[in-house]
Amino acid sequence: MNTENKPSQSTANTKNIEGVVIRFVGDSGDGMQLTGTQFTDTSAMFGNDIATFPNYPAEIRAPQGSLYGVSGYQVHIGSVEISTPGDDLDLLVAMNPAGLKTNLASLKPGHTLIVDTDSFTKKNLEKATYDTNPLEDGSLDNFRVIEVSMTSLTKESLKDLGLDNKSVMRSKNMFALGMVYWMYDRSLEHTTDFFKKKFKTKPLVVEANTKVLKAGYYYAETLELIPNSYTVAPSKMPKGTYRIVNGNTATAWGFLAASEKSGLELFLGSYPITPATDILHELVKHKHFGVKAFQAEDEIAGITSSIGAAFAGDLAITTTSGPGLALKGEALGLAMMIELPLVVVNVQRGGPSTGLPTKTEQSDLLQALYGRNGESPIIVLAASTPANCFDMAFEASRLALEHMTPVVLLTDGYIANGSEPWKIKSTKDMPSIKAPIITEAVENWHPYIRDKESLARTWALPGTKNLEHRVGGLEKDKVSGNISYDPENHEFMNNIRAEKVSRVANYIPELKADFAQEGDLLVVGWGGTFGSLHSAVKGMSEAGYKIGHVHFNYINPMPKNTAEVFAKYKRIVVCELNKGQFAFILKANYGQFEYIQYNKIQGLPFSVNDLAHKFKNLIS
Amino acid sequence: MEDTATKKYTFKDFQSDQEVRWCPGCDDYVILRAMLKALPEMNVKKEDVVFISGIGCSSRFPYYVDSYGMHSIHGRAPAIATGVKLANPDLSVWVITGDGDSMAIGGNHFIHMLRRNVNLNMVLFNNEIYGLTKGQFSPTSLIGQKTKSSPYGNTQPPFQPGELAIGAHARFFARIGGNTPKDMIGLFIEAEKFKGTSLIEVLQNCVIFNDGCFTQYTDKLIRDDKQLFVEHGKPMIFGKEKDKGLVLNGLKLKVVTIGENGITQEDILVHNVEEEDPTLHQMLIRSTYPLVTGIIRSVSEPTFEEREDELTRQVRANSSFKKVDDLLFSGETYEVN
Repeated sequence: MNTENKPSQSTANTKNIEGVVIRFVGDSGDGMQLTGTQFTDTSAMFGNDIATFPNYPAEIRAPQGSLYGVSGYQVHIGSVEISTPGDDLDLLVAMNPAGLKTNLASLKPGHTLIVDTDSFTKKNLEKATYDTNPLEDGSLDNFRVIEVSMTSLTKESLKDLGLDNKSVMRSKNMFALGMVYWMYDRSLEHTTDFFKKKFKTKPLVVEANTKVLKAGYYYAETLELIPNSYTVAPSKMPKGTYRIVNGNTATAWGFLAASEKSGLELFLGSYPITPATDILHELVKHKHFGVKAFQAEDEIAGITSSIGAAFAGDLAITTTSGPGLALKGEALGLAMMIELPLVVVNVQRGGPSTGLPTKTEQSDLLQALYGRNGESPIIVLAASTPANCFDMAFEASRLALEHMTPVVLLTDGYIANGSEPWKIKSTKDMPSIKAPIITEAVENWHPYIRDKESLARTWALPGTKNLEHRVGGLEKDKVSGNISYDPENHEFMNNIRAEKVSRVANYIPELKADFAQEGDLLVVGWGGTFGSLHSAVKGMSEAGYKIGHVHFNYINPMPKNTAEVFAKYKRIVVCELNKGQFAFILKANYGQFEYIQYNKIQGLPFSVNDLAHKFKNLIS
Repeated sequence: MEDTATKKYTFKDFQSDQEVRWCPGCDDYVILRAMLKALPEMNVKKEDVVFISGIGCSSRFPYYVDSYGMHSIHGRAPAIATGVKLANPDLSVWVITGDGDSMAIGGNHFIHMLRRNVNLNMVLFNNEIYGLTKGQFSPTSLIGQKTKSSPYGNTQPPFQPGELAIGAHARFFARIGGNTPKDMIGLFIEAEKFKGTSLIEVLQNCVIFNDGCFTQYTDKLIRDDKQLFVEHGKPMIFGKEKDKGLVLNGLKLKVVTIGENGITQEDILVHNVEEEDPTLHQMLIRSTYPLVTGIIRSVSEPTFEEREDELTRQVRANSSFKKVDDLLFSGETYEVN
């Protein structure tokens, strides 16, 4: 460790705690996301388990000081297993009155609030709709308020560098970060290295940011207002090489891995849409792996270009969010009808219509399952955590390619932007993907002859001699693929397309409950709510409740042993960030059970406390 | 390519076993026959030929050619074909479309395909009507045209496909009457040779819903007087007697008669398909007397796939990432012991 960057700190009065939840809030231009990710990365290197939750407005630079322009980054670090970014805050860092106003309710009573007093001007207080200054009117008496003239101190520490006012103001977030680093006994090294890399050609900017970061660190150290500091010890995680990933990056990398393991080039056709665009941003970087990432003219061209690439033999994917999936519906039906491998990633956001683009929700499940004309069965999968996005992107590719069918992979804004430590999976330890590509003509070959077990058809790629054939959206003869209006053939084809997808259940893992394997209550969830449900059930299980948790990654088809697992509990509660779409599916498929619903549609993840409260009520 | 030891194909090699189901007398038969005759002359392997279509009468075309093909959904063939080309640039890709498919529901994909200059060929069957849905006006129908959906006359001004295409930076545009198969074959072969998006508009008669829509230009008895078939480097002369020609009069085209008012062949405009400035090409496209057919524009520029390919080569040469593991284990990783 570079001692120059690590001023000595007396450890005599540091407190050891299991975990803390910190939120940085400020204007959308204040650099809160950067501050949060720096704290996250530094803590990960230190060995903490982590979960993060960036929460930002749709406006890129909302008017300064406004309530709706507040950007926040929440991080939960722990010396024990961490599954969620946490409900309530141990520390809130508010860079302005608007940030304080919109976030104070999350701060636990008696806990610490750091504010930049310089920003509590009359104008900013008005913009935040404060009638009186909360720093003076006693409304913060229940909290430990640390008032810091952050802006002035930042200016003071940079006065010799001759920087313009704008650059000075932009580095005050580093003062806050420096303070929090000292409070949690973190090294500055990772962040100072980051400055050096990021601003390679601007030594003055490196110097300024480093100076302010250290100024904050030393200020916290010497400030008598902070009586003691806290340490969060490293967490006991399995041995291995780790990195911090967010869900969108993990999704992109899962496809890269699938491309390598299938021996097929990766094609992405995509149109920018929040919160899915970062997958496009990531994949365009990887031309070295032969990735063809094509930014199309619209959502429809995003998917149809992918259908063309799939026809020509690429591992073809398209990425979008709810409104985009609606636009892709007809084309998705075509891919299903032709029986081409295709993965559609839907990073769900708040709906309906434009809805809440930067917030999370699980309300596209029925759209994914049924949002097409005609009988149109496809595989639907859901990723449950940021790191799990890697596995599910790989799984979606495997099932699409080996079963010759489109797959919709549902993630959501919460896990797409949230991050966690990921024990890196080497592609060496991953299975090969074997697409049923036919490379040489055989006698009596026809495009719709199927594998007896999986019912997948073979895939003849343009350029292969003597396998010329035509496919299309019209109903086709069950063998030749030529147009057929025969009534019996149409019914046969509808049945076999459905049967093919239901047989995928033979190729996916069984459902496994966590915690109690039988008992009073089974908590059922799917997709991005894993962390919250897991934390809530874990807490109750440790307290002695007979409560289990199952989480669905495979939604269509569902694991074969689903009913068997459900039967072992007295009551079943289905928790979703929608009005009960998965519960609806469960009722239709497993009507022998009764389902209690627990739903939330606020654009926010579940609160672990609320869940536990609900579960306790259900058991007693 | 000199090493393409291409087998010499015949018409029959490209003919599929499917019964052709267009209306008797439809120009689509002419276009299909011209294509089946042109394909063996293109120096491409049969297995490398891909036909992609959307929806409409014309879009049944892929079923009738024994090559790879996809009859897709309405308007999206250009985007599908773009994906095919990016996945495998070696294929010879043909988009078959109509005036409804390409100018209405698929207008967006049409302009962006042209803008990008994807190396593929599009044959646009323009019959100024919706045929498959039985007779509604299309984006190329004329003002006043009476159709099933405009019983009192169409009030929506038409697109001129060539004009729209060049507005979208088309590098290759040709037009041909649906009853001149010989010239059509030549244009198809030229379109395949051209590197970039080649658009061929065929003025295709719909015998059922818009019969005779192009007769005033294409009728065999009068077409030599009404049509100018342009060729690169040759003067723009037309007429049965080869005595009519085009000159520029200010910023407008003017028809003159050679031998009258001191006009000689030297005064007649010489066609240059390679002129980058599209002004004159646009005038030729808009001209109704004569109606201009043949290759109007053919301007060479790198294709989308070439630009992508070049970039990929550069990135690959400068990258240390060879396997996905190189990426996964790069940058900020840390050990837990």
